[in-house]
Amino acid sequence: MKSLVTTSSSVSPALLPSADLDVARIREDFPILKQKVHGKPLVYLDNAATSQKPQAVIDSEVELYSKYFSNVHRGVHLLSQRSTDAYEKAREKVQNFLNARSSAEIIFTRGTTEGINLVAQTYGQQHVQPGDEILISEMEHHSNIVPWQMLCAQKGAILKVIPINDEGEILLDEYEKLLSERTRLVGIVHLSNALGTVNPVQQMIEMAHQRGIPVLVDGAQAVPHIPVDVQALDCDFYVFSGHKLFGPTGIGVLYGKKELLETMPPYQGGGDMILSVSFKKTEYNVLPFRFEAGTPNIAGAIALGAAIDYVQEIGLDKIATYEDKLLAYATEAMAEIPGVRLIGTARNKASVLSFLIEGVHPHDIGTILDREGIAIRAGHHCAQPVMERFGVPATARASFAFYNTLEEVDALIAGIRKVQEVFS
Amino acid sequence: MSELRDLYQEVILDHYKRPRNFGPLEGADHKAEGHNPLCGDRVTIYLVIEGDVIRNISFQGAGCAISTASASLMTEMLKGKTLAEVEMLFGEFHAMLTGDPSQPADPVQGKLAVFSGVREFPARVKCATLSWHTLQAALKEQKEPISTE
Repeated sequence: MKSLVTTSSSVSPALLPSADLDVARIREDFPILKQKVHGKPLVYLDNAATSQKPQAVIDSEVELYSKYFSNVHRGVHLLSQRSTDAYEKAREKVQNFLNARSSAEIIFTRGTTEGINLVAQTYGQQHVQPGDEILISEMEHHSNIVPWQMLCAQKGAILKVIPINDEGEILLDEYEKLLSERTRLVGIVHLSNALGTVNPVQQMIEMAHQRGIPVLVDGAQAVPHIPVDVQALDCDFYVFSGHKLFGPTGIGVLYGKKELLETMPPYQGGGDMILSVSFKKTEYNVLPFRFEAGTPNIAGAIALGAAIDYVQEIGLDKIATYEDKLLAYATEAMAEIPGVRLIGTARNKASVLSFLIEGVHPHDIGTILDREGIAIRAGHHCAQPVMERFGVPATARASFAFYNTLEEVDALIAGIRKVQEVFS
Repeated sequence: MSELRDLYQEVILDHYKRPRNFGPLEGADHKAEGHNPLCGDRVTIYLVIEGDVIRNISFQGAGCAISTASASLMTEMLKGKTLAEVEMLFGEFHAMLTGDPSQPADPVQGKLAVFSGVREFPARVKCATLSWHTLQAALKEQKEPISTE
Protein backbone atom coordinates (compact mmCIF):
# COMPACT_ATOMS: atom_id res chain seq x y z
CA MET A 1 0.00 0.00 0.00
CA LYS A 2 1.14 3.52 -0.76
CA SER A 3 1.98 5.77 2.13
CA LEU A 4 -1.13 7.66 3.16
CA VAL A 5 0.41 10.22 5.42
CA THR A 6 2.04 13.21 3.82
CA THR A 7 3.63 16.40 4.99
CA SER A 8 1.33 19.39 4.98
CA SER A 9 3.32 21.12 2.23
CA SER A 10 2.17 18.64 -0.43
CA VAL A 11 -1.49 18.79 0.55
CA SER A 12 -4.13 20.72 -1.31
CA PRO A 13 -5.75 22.94 1.31
CA ALA A 14 -8.97 23.11 -0.72
CA LEU A 15 -9.45 19.39 -0.34
CA LEU A 16 -8.44 18.97 3.24
CA PRO A 17 -9.75 20.44 6.42
CA SER A 18 -7.00 18.52 8.17
CA ALA A 19 -3.48 18.64 6.82
CA ASP A 20 -2.85 15.12 8.04
CA LEU A 21 -4.77 13.01 5.54
CA ASP A 22 -4.09 12.93 1.84
CA VAL A 23 -7.67 12.14 0.92
CA ALA A 24 -7.04 12.40 -2.82
CA ARG A 25 -4.51 9.60 -2.54
CA ILE A 26 -6.69 7.58 -0.17
CA ARG A 27 -9.51 7.72 -2.72
CA GLU A 28 -7.20 6.12 -5.28
CA ASP A 29 -7.23 3.01 -3.07
CA PHE A 30 -11.03 2.63 -3.44
CA PRO A 31 -11.84 1.57 -7.02
CA ILE A 32 -15.60 1.85 -6.54
CA LEU A 33 -15.35 5.57 -5.80
CA LYS A 34 -14.06 6.31 -9.29
CA GLN A 35 -17.35 5.68 -11.06
CA LYS A 36 -20.20 7.87 -12.17
CA VAL A 37 -23.80 7.33 -11.11
CA HIS A 38 -26.57 8.71 -13.35
CA GLY A 39 -23.80 10.58 -15.20
CA LYS A 40 -22.53 12.30 -12.05
CA PRO A 41 -19.44 11.45 -9.98
CA LEU A 42 -20.43 9.07 -7.19
CA VAL A 43 -20.68 10.81 -3.82
CA TYR A 44 -20.92 7.92 -1.38
CA LEU A 45 -22.43 9.14 1.89
CA ASP A 46 -24.01 5.90 3.09
CA ASN A 47 -21.07 4.70 5.15
CA ALA A 48 -23.18 4.03 8.23
CA ALA A 49 -25.04 1.37 6.23
CA THR A 50 -21.83 -0.11 4.89
CA SER A 51 -18.42 1.12 3.83
CA GLN A 52 -16.52 0.68 0.57
CA LYS A 53 -13.45 -1.53 0.26
CA PRO A 54 -9.86 -0.52 -0.44
CA GLN A 55 -7.89 -2.46 -3.07
CA ALA A 56 -5.80 -4.06 -0.31
CA VAL A 57 -8.92 -5.76 1.10
CA ILE A 58 -10.08 -6.91 -2.34
CA ASP A 59 -6.58 -8.19 -3.13
CA SER A 60 -6.34 -10.13 0.12
CA GLU A 61 -9.31 -12.31 -0.87
CA VAL A 62 -8.01 -12.76 -4.41
CA GLU A 63 -4.61 -13.76 -3.07
CA LEU A 64 -6.10 -16.27 -0.64
CA TYR A 65 -8.31 -17.94 -3.22
CA SER A 66 -5.69 -17.94 -5.97
CA LYS A 67 -2.64 -18.95 -3.92
CA TYR A 68 -3.14 -20.65 -0.60
CA PHE A 69 -6.80 -21.37 0.25
CA SER A 70 -7.70 -24.45 2.24
CA ASN A 71 -9.69 -25.29 5.37
CA VAL A 72 -8.33 -24.19 8.71
CA HIS A 73 -7.40 -26.02 11.92
CA ARG A 74 -7.23 -29.47 10.32
CA GLY A 75 -5.12 -30.70 7.40
CA VAL A 76 -1.42 -31.34 7.84
CA HIS A 77 -0.78 -30.16 4.32
CA LEU A 78 0.92 -26.90 3.45
CA LEU A 79 -2.11 -24.96 2.18
CA SER A 80 -4.13 -25.77 5.28
CA GLN A 81 -1.24 -24.61 7.41
CA ARG A 82 -0.94 -21.35 5.47
CA SER A 83 -4.69 -20.67 5.63
CA THR A 84 -4.74 -21.44 9.35
CA ASP A 85 -1.79 -19.12 9.94
CA ALA A 86 -3.45 -16.29 8.00
CA TYR A 87 -6.78 -16.83 9.79
CA GLU A 88 -5.14 -16.80 13.21
CA LYS A 89 -2.98 -13.84 12.21
CA ALA A 90 -6.21 -11.98 11.45
CA ARG A 91 -7.42 -12.76 14.97
CA GLU A 92 -4.23 -11.26 16.38
CA LYS A 93 -4.79 -8.15 14.26
CA VAL A 94 -8.25 -7.77 15.79
CA GLN A 95 -6.80 -8.33 19.25
CA ASN A 96 -4.26 -5.60 18.64
CA PHE A 97 -6.92 -3.32 17.08
CA LEU A 98 -9.15 -3.54 20.18
CA ASN A 99 -6.21 -3.84 22.59
CA ALA A 100 -7.57 -7.08 24.04
CA ARG A 101 -5.38 -8.98 26.48
CA SER A 102 -5.44 -12.21 24.52
CA SER A 103 -6.39 -13.43 21.04
CA ALA A 104 -8.47 -16.09 22.82
CA GLU A 105 -10.89 -13.25 23.65
CA ILE A 106 -11.58 -12.62 19.95
CA ILE A 107 -14.44 -14.69 18.50
CA PHE A 108 -15.16 -14.42 14.78
CA THR A 109 -18.88 -14.09 14.04
CA ARG A 110 -21.01 -13.24 11.01
CA GLY A 111 -21.35 -9.68 12.27
CA THR A 112 -22.55 -7.48 15.11
CA THR A 113 -26.00 -9.06 15.09
CA GLU A 114 -24.64 -12.57 15.56
CA GLY A 115 -22.30 -11.37 18.29
CA ILE A 116 -25.20 -9.95 20.31
CA ASN A 117 -27.35 -13.03 19.72
CA LEU A 118 -24.44 -15.19 20.85
CA VAL A 119 -24.12 -13.34 24.15
CA ALA A 120 -27.90 -13.31 24.69
CA GLN A 121 -28.23 -17.04 24.05
CA THR A 122 -25.17 -18.14 26.06
CA TYR A 123 -24.41 -15.70 28.86
CA GLY A 124 -28.02 -14.52 28.89
CA GLN A 125 -29.50 -18.02 28.99
CA GLN A 126 -27.16 -18.90 31.81
CA HIS A 127 -27.67 -15.86 34.05
CA VAL A 128 -31.13 -14.42 33.43
CA GLN A 129 -34.03 -15.63 35.58
CA PRO A 130 -37.74 -14.72 35.60
CA GLY A 131 -38.21 -11.15 36.81
CA ASP A 132 -34.62 -10.17 35.99
CA GLU A 133 -33.93 -7.12 33.86
CA ILE A 134 -31.87 -6.33 30.76
CA LEU A 135 -31.11 -2.65 30.31
CA ILE A 136 -30.64 -1.06 26.89
CA SER A 137 -31.05 2.49 25.58
CA GLU A 138 -33.70 4.21 23.52
CA MET A 139 -31.22 4.77 20.68
CA GLU A 140 -30.33 1.13 20.04
CA HIS A 141 -30.26 -0.45 16.60
CA HIS A 142 -32.80 -3.27 16.22
CA SER A 143 -29.90 -5.73 16.53
CA ASN A 144 -29.34 -4.61 20.12
CA ILE A 145 -33.07 -4.74 20.94
CA VAL A 146 -34.54 -7.87 19.41
CA PRO A 147 -32.05 -10.48 20.76
CA TRP A 148 -32.76 -9.18 24.27
CA GLN A 149 -36.52 -9.19 23.67
CA MET A 150 -36.24 -12.80 22.56
CA LEU A 151 -34.22 -13.69 25.66
CA CYS A 152 -36.69 -11.86 27.92
CA ALA A 153 -39.59 -13.75 26.31
CA GLN A 154 -37.80 -17.07 26.87
CA LYS A 155 -36.95 -16.28 30.47
CA GLY A 156 -39.85 -14.17 31.66
CA ALA A 157 -37.40 -11.30 32.13
CA ILE A 158 -38.02 -7.58 31.57
CA LEU A 159 -36.43 -5.27 29.00
CA LYS A 160 -35.82 -1.81 30.46
CA VAL A 161 -34.98 1.23 28.34
CA ILE A 162 -32.74 4.19 29.22
CA PRO A 163 -34.40 7.36 27.86
CA ILE A 164 -32.62 10.00 25.77
CA ASN A 165 -33.06 13.78 25.58
CA ASP A 166 -34.11 15.90 22.58
CA GLU A 167 -30.50 16.19 21.45
CA GLY A 168 -30.20 12.41 21.35
CA GLU A 169 -28.08 11.97 24.46
CA ILE A 170 -28.43 9.32 27.17
CA LEU A 171 -30.00 10.65 30.36
CA LEU A 172 -27.36 9.47 32.80
CA ASP A 173 -29.51 10.26 35.87
CA GLU A 174 -32.22 8.00 34.52
CA TYR A 175 -29.63 5.36 33.69
CA GLU A 176 -28.40 5.43 37.29
CA LYS A 177 -31.97 4.93 38.56
CA LEU A 178 -32.60 2.05 36.16
CA LEU A 179 -29.55 0.07 37.32
CA SER A 180 -31.19 -2.25 39.81
CA GLU A 181 -30.55 -5.42 41.77
CA ARG A 182 -32.42 -7.26 39.04
CA THR A 183 -30.31 -5.88 36.17
CA ARG A 184 -28.34 -8.76 34.69
CA LEU A 185 -26.74 -6.98 31.75
CA VAL A 186 -26.49 -3.54 30.12
CA GLY A 187 -26.40 -3.34 26.30
CA ILE A 188 -25.38 0.04 24.94
CA VAL A 189 -24.45 1.39 21.53
CA HIS A 190 -21.08 3.14 21.34
CA LEU A 191 -21.95 5.38 18.38
CA SER A 192 -25.59 5.65 17.30
CA ASN A 193 -26.13 4.84 13.62
CA ALA A 194 -29.32 6.90 13.48
CA LEU A 195 -28.23 9.97 15.47
CA GLY A 196 -24.45 10.01 15.43
CA THR A 197 -24.31 10.30 19.23
CA VAL A 198 -21.11 9.02 20.84
CA ASN A 199 -22.18 7.66 24.20
CA PRO A 200 -20.12 8.02 27.39
CA VAL A 201 -19.64 4.25 27.47
CA GLN A 202 -16.65 4.29 29.79
CA GLN A 203 -18.63 6.14 32.46
CA MET A 204 -21.68 3.94 31.89
CA ILE A 205 -19.59 0.78 32.22
CA GLU A 206 -18.10 2.07 35.46
CA MET A 207 -21.58 2.83 36.84
CA ALA A 208 -22.77 -0.69 35.95
CA HIS A 209 -19.64 -2.34 37.35
CA GLN A 210 -20.14 -0.59 40.69
CA ARG A 211 -23.21 -2.78 40.96
CA GLY A 212 -21.50 -5.84 39.50
CA ILE A 213 -23.45 -5.68 36.23
CA PRO A 214 -21.65 -6.65 33.00
CA VAL A 215 -21.89 -4.43 29.91
CA LEU A 216 -22.04 -5.27 26.20
CA VAL A 217 -21.05 -2.44 23.86
CA ASP A 218 -22.38 -2.41 20.29
CA GLY A 219 -19.44 -0.97 18.38
CA ALA A 220 -20.68 -1.55 14.82
CA GLN A 221 -20.73 2.16 14.06
CA ALA A 222 -17.87 3.18 16.33
CA VAL A 223 -14.88 1.12 15.17
CA PRO A 224 -14.52 2.78 11.74
CA HIS A 225 -14.49 6.24 13.31
CA ILE A 226 -13.01 6.29 16.83
CA PRO A 227 -10.15 4.40 18.47
CA VAL A 228 -11.40 1.63 20.77
CA ASP A 229 -9.47 0.13 23.70
CA VAL A 230 -11.49 -2.60 25.39
CA GLN A 231 -9.16 -2.71 28.38
CA ALA A 232 -9.45 1.03 28.99
CA LEU A 233 -13.22 0.82 28.57
CA ASP A 234 -13.29 -2.28 30.77
CA CYS A 235 -16.35 -3.49 28.81
CA ASP A 236 -17.28 -7.14 29.25
CA PHE A 237 -18.33 -7.67 25.64
CA TYR A 238 -17.66 -5.57 22.53
CA VAL A 239 -19.14 -6.44 19.14
CA PHE A 240 -18.64 -5.08 15.64
CA SER A 241 -19.00 -5.93 11.93
CA GLY A 242 -16.26 -6.13 9.33
CA HIS A 243 -18.24 -4.52 6.53
CA LYS A 244 -18.54 -1.15 8.25
CA LEU A 245 -14.79 -1.19 8.83
CA PHE A 246 -13.93 -1.36 5.10
CA GLY A 247 -13.81 -5.16 5.27
CA PRO A 248 -16.15 -7.73 3.73
CA THR A 249 -19.70 -8.64 4.71
CA GLY A 250 -20.38 -11.82 6.67
CA ILE A 251 -17.54 -11.38 9.14
CA GLY A 252 -17.65 -9.74 12.53
CA VAL A 253 -16.12 -9.89 15.96
CA LEU A 254 -17.23 -10.61 19.48
CA TYR A 255 -14.71 -9.58 22.10
CA GLY A 256 -15.43 -11.01 25.53
CA LYS A 257 -13.44 -11.02 28.74
CA LYS A 258 -11.76 -14.38 29.01
CA GLU A 259 -13.10 -15.07 32.49
CA LEU A 260 -16.65 -14.62 31.19
CA LEU A 261 -16.20 -16.52 27.92
CA GLU A 262 -14.69 -19.44 29.81
CA THR A 263 -17.81 -19.94 31.91
CA MET A 264 -20.28 -19.56 29.02
CA PRO A 265 -21.89 -22.55 27.33
CA PRO A 266 -21.33 -23.02 23.57
CA TYR A 267 -23.58 -21.13 21.15
CA GLN A 268 -23.77 -23.58 18.25
CA GLY A 269 -22.62 -27.17 18.11
CA GLY A 270 -20.57 -28.64 15.29
CA GLY A 271 -17.08 -29.02 13.96
CA ASP A 272 -14.15 -26.95 15.19
CA MET A 273 -15.83 -26.20 18.52
CA ILE A 274 -15.06 -29.65 19.95
CA LEU A 275 -12.03 -31.49 21.27
CA SER A 276 -13.57 -34.94 21.03
CA VAL A 277 -16.97 -36.35 20.18
CA SER A 278 -18.56 -39.64 21.10
CA PHE A 279 -22.24 -40.52 21.31
CA LYS A 280 -21.93 -40.55 25.08
CA LYS A 281 -20.07 -37.31 25.64
CA THR A 282 -18.58 -34.42 23.73
CA GLU A 283 -15.73 -32.37 25.06
CA TYR A 284 -15.78 -28.76 23.95
CA ASN A 285 -12.80 -26.96 22.53
CA VAL A 286 -10.87 -24.17 24.27
CA LEU A 287 -11.36 -20.47 23.61
CA PRO A 288 -11.90 -18.97 21.10
CA PHE A 289 -12.74 -22.05 19.01
CA ARG A 290 -15.52 -23.14 21.38
CA PHE A 291 -17.67 -20.35 19.90
CA GLU A 292 -16.75 -20.91 16.25
CA ALA A 293 -18.70 -24.00 15.18
CA GLY A 294 -18.31 -25.10 11.58
CA THR A 295 -15.88 -23.97 8.90
CA PRO A 296 -15.54 -20.26 9.58
CA ASN A 297 -15.55 -17.36 7.13
CA ILE A 298 -11.84 -17.79 6.43
CA ALA A 299 -11.63 -15.27 3.58
CA GLY A 300 -13.75 -12.79 5.52
CA ALA A 301 -11.50 -12.93 8.57
CA ILE A 302 -8.32 -12.57 6.50
CA ALA A 303 -9.78 -9.64 4.55
CA LEU A 304 -10.94 -8.03 7.80
CA GLY A 305 -7.32 -8.29 8.94
CA ALA A 306 -6.30 -6.46 5.75
CA ALA A 307 -8.91 -3.77 6.44
CA ILE A 308 -7.56 -3.30 9.96
CA ASP A 309 -4.02 -2.98 8.58
CA TYR A 310 -5.27 -0.35 6.15
CA VAL A 311 -7.11 1.69 8.77
CA GLN A 312 -4.21 1.44 11.24
CA GLU A 313 -1.74 2.62 8.64
CA ILE A 314 -3.77 5.80 8.24
CA GLY A 315 -4.36 5.97 12.00
CA LEU A 316 -7.71 6.13 13.75
CA ASP A 317 -6.75 9.30 15.62
CA LYS A 318 -6.13 11.05 12.32
CA ILE A 319 -9.34 9.58 10.87
CA ALA A 320 -11.36 10.81 13.85
CA THR A 321 -9.86 14.31 13.64
CA TYR A 322 -10.49 14.54 9.89
CA GLU A 323 -14.06 13.24 10.12
CA ASP A 324 -14.88 15.60 12.97
CA LYS A 325 -13.96 18.52 10.73
CA LEU A 326 -15.98 17.05 7.87
CA LEU A 327 -19.00 16.62 10.14
CA ALA A 328 -18.66 20.11 11.61
CA TYR A 329 -18.45 21.61 8.12
CA ALA A 330 -21.53 19.69 6.96
CA THR A 331 -23.49 20.48 10.14
CA GLU A 332 -22.80 24.19 9.75
CA ALA A 333 -23.74 24.21 6.07
CA MET A 334 -26.99 22.32 6.79
CA ALA A 335 -27.92 24.74 9.56
CA GLU A 336 -27.83 27.56 7.03
CA ILE A 337 -30.49 26.01 4.78
CA PRO A 338 -34.01 27.13 5.74
CA GLY A 339 -36.40 24.21 6.22
CA VAL A 340 -33.70 21.69 7.14
CA ARG A 341 -33.83 20.13 10.59
CA LEU A 342 -31.16 17.93 12.11
CA ILE A 343 -32.18 14.89 14.14
CA GLY A 344 -29.44 14.15 16.65
CA THR A 345 -27.56 17.19 17.92
CA ALA A 346 -25.56 15.65 20.75
CA ARG A 347 -22.46 17.50 21.93
CA ASN A 348 -20.36 14.43 21.23
CA LYS A 349 -21.11 13.18 17.72
CA ALA A 350 -19.30 11.40 14.92
CA SER A 351 -19.78 10.75 11.22
CA VAL A 352 -23.59 10.73 11.03
CA LEU A 353 -25.93 13.51 9.91
CA SER A 354 -29.63 12.63 10.14
CA PHE A 355 -31.90 15.30 8.73
CA LEU A 356 -35.36 16.26 7.54
CA ILE A 357 -36.43 18.73 4.88
CA GLU A 358 -39.71 20.45 5.61
CA GLY A 359 -42.47 19.25 3.30
CA VAL A 360 -40.40 16.48 1.71
CA HIS A 361 -40.45 12.83 2.74
CA PRO A 362 -36.93 11.34 3.26
CA HIS A 363 -37.62 8.73 0.58
CA ASP A 364 -38.08 11.51 -1.98
CA ILE A 365 -34.90 13.20 -0.75
CA GLY A 366 -33.06 9.91 -1.33
CA THR A 367 -34.38 9.54 -4.88
CA ILE A 368 -33.54 13.10 -5.92
CA LEU A 369 -30.05 12.99 -4.39
CA ASP A 370 -29.43 9.65 -6.10
CA ARG A 371 -30.00 11.33 -9.46
CA GLU A 372 -27.26 13.78 -8.45
CA GLY A 373 -24.93 10.83 -7.87
CA ILE A 374 -25.24 11.17 -4.09
CA ALA A 375 -25.90 7.97 -2.12
CA ILE A 376 -27.57 8.52 1.25
CA ARG A 377 -29.93 6.41 3.34
CA ALA A 378 -33.59 7.28 3.78
CA GLY A 379 -35.68 5.37 6.28
CA HIS A 380 -35.77 4.34 9.91
CA HIS A 381 -32.15 3.08 9.93
CA CYS A 382 -33.22 -0.09 11.76
CA ALA A 383 -33.87 2.08 14.80
CA GLN A 384 -37.64 2.53 14.79
CA PRO A 385 -37.82 3.41 18.53
CA VAL A 386 -35.47 6.35 17.83
CA MET A 387 -37.79 7.56 15.06
CA GLU A 388 -40.72 7.25 17.45
CA ARG A 389 -38.81 9.21 20.11
CA PHE A 390 -38.42 12.11 17.67
CA GLY A 391 -41.93 11.72 16.27
CA VAL A 392 -40.84 11.10 12.68
CA PRO A 393 -41.46 8.04 10.47
CA ALA A 394 -38.03 8.29 8.90
CA THR A 395 -35.04 10.54 8.33
CA ALA A 396 -32.55 11.13 5.55
CA ARG A 397 -29.04 10.28 6.67
CA ALA A 398 -25.67 11.28 5.27
CA SER A 399 -22.80 9.40 6.89
CA PHE A 400 -19.13 10.03 6.31
CA ALA A 401 -15.91 8.07 6.06
CA PHE A 402 -12.31 9.29 5.77
CA TYR A 403 -12.48 9.07 1.96
CA ASN A 404 -15.18 11.74 1.79
CA THR A 405 -14.24 15.32 0.98
CA LEU A 406 -15.46 18.85 1.63
CA GLU A 407 -16.39 19.01 -2.06
CA GLU A 408 -18.69 16.06 -1.51
CA VAL A 409 -20.34 17.87 1.39
CA ASP A 410 -20.81 20.83 -0.97
CA ALA A 411 -22.42 18.46 -3.50
CA LEU A 412 -24.77 17.23 -0.76
CA ILE A 413 -25.75 20.79 0.16
CA ALA A 414 -26.37 21.62 -3.52
CA GLY A 415 -28.40 18.42 -3.79
CA ILE A 416 -30.57 19.40 -0.82
CA ARG A 417 -31.26 22.74 -2.48
CA LYS A 418 -32.28 20.85 -5.61
CA VAL A 419 -34.68 18.74 -3.57
CA GLN A 420 -36.25 21.92 -2.25
CA GLU A 421 -36.44 23.28 -5.81
CA VAL A 422 -38.25 20.17 -7.10
CA PHE A 423 -40.76 20.39 -4.25
CA SER A 424 -41.15 24.18 -4.29
CA MET B 1 -33.48 16.71 -14.13
CA SER B 2 -35.96 15.66 -16.83
CA GLU B 3 -36.40 12.19 -15.32
CA LEU B 4 -36.96 13.81 -11.93
CA ARG B 5 -39.54 16.14 -13.46
CA ASP B 6 -41.20 13.10 -15.05
CA LEU B 7 -41.33 11.47 -11.61
CA TYR B 8 -42.35 14.53 -9.63
CA GLN B 9 -44.94 15.92 -12.01
CA GLU B 10 -47.04 18.88 -10.97
CA VAL B 11 -50.11 16.71 -10.46
CA ILE B 12 -48.18 14.42 -8.13
CA LEU B 13 -46.74 17.28 -6.09
CA ASP B 14 -50.19 18.85 -5.91
CA HIS B 15 -51.78 15.66 -4.57
CA TYR B 16 -48.87 15.21 -2.14
CA LYS B 17 -49.24 18.69 -0.72
CA ARG B 18 -53.07 18.69 -0.77
CA PRO B 19 -54.24 15.08 -0.62
CA ARG B 20 -57.87 14.49 -1.63
CA ASN B 21 -60.28 12.28 0.30
CA PHE B 22 -57.92 12.30 3.27
CA GLY B 23 -59.05 11.05 6.68
CA PRO B 24 -61.26 8.31 8.10
CA LEU B 25 -64.58 7.72 6.34
CA GLU B 26 -67.75 7.70 8.38
CA GLY B 27 -69.87 4.62 7.74
CA ALA B 28 -67.01 2.76 6.03
CA ASP B 29 -67.87 -0.92 5.63
CA HIS B 30 -64.44 -2.00 4.41
CA LYS B 31 -61.05 -1.00 5.75
CA ALA B 32 -57.45 -2.20 5.54
CA GLU B 33 -54.00 -1.05 6.56
CA GLY B 34 -50.91 -1.17 4.38
CA HIS B 35 -47.29 -0.81 5.35
CA ASN B 36 -44.03 -0.43 3.48
CA PRO B 37 -41.44 -1.46 6.08
CA LEU B 38 -38.62 -0.28 3.83
CA CYS B 39 -39.46 3.38 4.25
CA GLY B 40 -42.00 3.33 7.05
CA ASP B 41 -44.91 4.41 4.85
CA ARG B 42 -48.33 3.56 6.27
CA VAL B 43 -51.73 3.92 4.69
CA THR B 44 -55.27 3.02 5.72
CA ILE B 45 -57.98 2.70 3.05
CA TYR B 46 -61.66 3.19 3.96
CA LEU B 47 -64.48 2.08 1.65
CA VAL B 48 -68.24 2.20 1.33
CA ILE B 49 -69.36 -0.50 -1.09
CA GLU B 50 -72.86 -0.85 -2.52
CA GLY B 51 -73.37 -4.04 -4.49
CA ASP B 52 -70.29 -4.11 -6.65
CA VAL B 53 -69.79 -0.34 -6.79
CA ILE B 54 -67.43 1.81 -4.71
CA ARG B 55 -69.75 4.52 -3.39
CA ASN B 56 -67.15 6.27 -1.29
CA ILE B 57 -63.45 5.92 -0.54
CA SER B 58 -60.85 7.71 1.55
CA PHE B 59 -57.35 7.19 2.87
CA GLN B 60 -55.21 8.21 5.79
CA GLY B 61 -51.50 7.81 6.40
CA ALA B 62 -48.01 9.21 6.20
CA GLY B 63 -45.79 8.58 3.26
CA CYS B 64 -43.59 9.93 0.53
CA ALA B 65 -44.81 12.07 -2.37
CA ILE B 66 -45.30 9.07 -4.66
CA SER B 67 -47.29 6.95 -2.20
CA THR B 68 -49.40 9.85 -0.93
CA ALA B 69 -50.21 11.14 -4.41
CA SER B 70 -50.96 7.63 -5.61
CA ALA B 71 -53.43 7.08 -2.77
CA SER B 72 -55.01 10.48 -3.31
CA LEU B 73 -55.42 10.02 -7.07
CA MET B 74 -56.70 6.50 -6.58
CA THR B 75 -59.47 7.64 -4.25
CA GLU B 76 -60.40 10.42 -6.65
CA MET B 77 -60.55 8.05 -9.56
CA LEU B 78 -62.37 5.08 -8.05
CA LYS B 79 -65.52 6.69 -6.71
CA GLY B 80 -68.46 5.17 -8.57
CA LYS B 81 -66.38 2.47 -10.24
CA THR B 82 -67.42 -1.19 -10.22
CA LEU B 83 -65.10 -3.76 -8.68
CA ALA B 84 -64.43 -5.19 -12.14
CA GLU B 85 -63.37 -1.73 -13.34
CA VAL B 86 -61.12 -1.35 -10.28
CA GLU B 87 -59.40 -4.59 -11.08
CA MET B 88 -58.85 -3.58 -14.68
CA LEU B 89 -57.46 -0.17 -13.69
CA PHE B 90 -55.02 -1.70 -11.24
CA GLY B 91 -53.91 -4.20 -13.88
CA GLU B 92 -53.17 -1.38 -16.32
CA PHE B 93 -51.49 0.71 -13.64
CA HIS B 94 -49.29 -2.15 -12.50
CA ALA B 95 -48.33 -3.03 -16.07
CA MET B 96 -47.35 0.59 -16.71
CA LEU B 97 -45.19 0.78 -13.58
CA THR B 98 -43.34 -2.46 -14.12
CA GLY B 99 -42.99 -2.30 -17.89
CA ASP B 100 -39.68 -1.97 -19.75
CA PRO B 101 -38.68 1.72 -19.43
CA SER B 102 -37.14 1.66 -22.91
CA GLN B 103 -40.54 0.90 -24.46
CA PRO B 104 -43.46 3.32 -24.64
CA ALA B 105 -45.76 2.89 -21.64
CA ASP B 106 -49.00 1.00 -22.13
CA PRO B 107 -51.88 3.45 -22.13
CA VAL B 108 -53.65 3.92 -18.79
CA GLN B 109 -56.80 5.79 -18.02
CA GLY B 110 -56.93 9.42 -16.99
CA LYS B 111 -54.59 10.86 -14.46
CA LEU B 112 -52.89 7.55 -13.63
CA ALA B 113 -50.58 8.37 -16.55
CA VAL B 114 -48.79 10.90 -14.33
CA PHE B 115 -47.08 7.93 -12.66
CA SER B 116 -45.44 6.75 -15.88
CA GLY B 117 -42.16 8.33 -14.70
CA VAL B 118 -41.99 5.83 -11.82
CA ARG B 119 -40.86 3.18 -14.33
CA GLU B 120 -37.45 4.86 -14.38
CA PHE B 121 -37.17 4.43 -10.59
CA PRO B 122 -37.65 0.73 -9.79
CA ALA B 123 -37.08 1.35 -6.07
CA ARG B 124 -40.19 3.53 -6.03
CA VAL B 125 -42.70 1.17 -7.67
CA LYS B 126 -43.75 -0.11 -4.24
CA CYS B 127 -44.53 3.45 -3.16
CA ALA B 128 -46.94 3.86 -6.07
CA THR B 129 -48.67 0.50 -5.56
CA LEU B 130 -48.98 0.48 -1.75
CA SER B 131 -52.42 2.09 -1.68
CA TRP B 132 -53.70 -0.17 -4.48
CA HIS B 133 -52.54 -3.32 -2.70
CA THR B 134 -54.14 -2.02 0.48
CA LEU B 135 -57.36 -1.38 -1.43
CA GLN B 136 -57.39 -4.99 -2.59
CA ALA B 137 -56.87 -6.13 0.99
CA ALA B 138 -59.80 -3.94 2.08
CA LEU B 139 -62.02 -5.45 -0.61
CA LYS B 140 -61.07 -8.92 0.59
CA GLU B 141 -61.65 -7.81 4.19
CA GLN B 142 -58.16 -8.88 5.17
CA LYS B 143 -57.72 -8.40 8.90
CA GLU B 144 -53.92 -8.40 9.04
CA PRO B 145 -52.14 -5.28 7.74
CA ILE B 146 -50.61 -5.96 4.35
CA SER B 147 -46.96 -5.31 3.66
CA THR B 148 -45.06 -4.50 0.49
CA GLU B 149 -42.27 -6.85 1.59
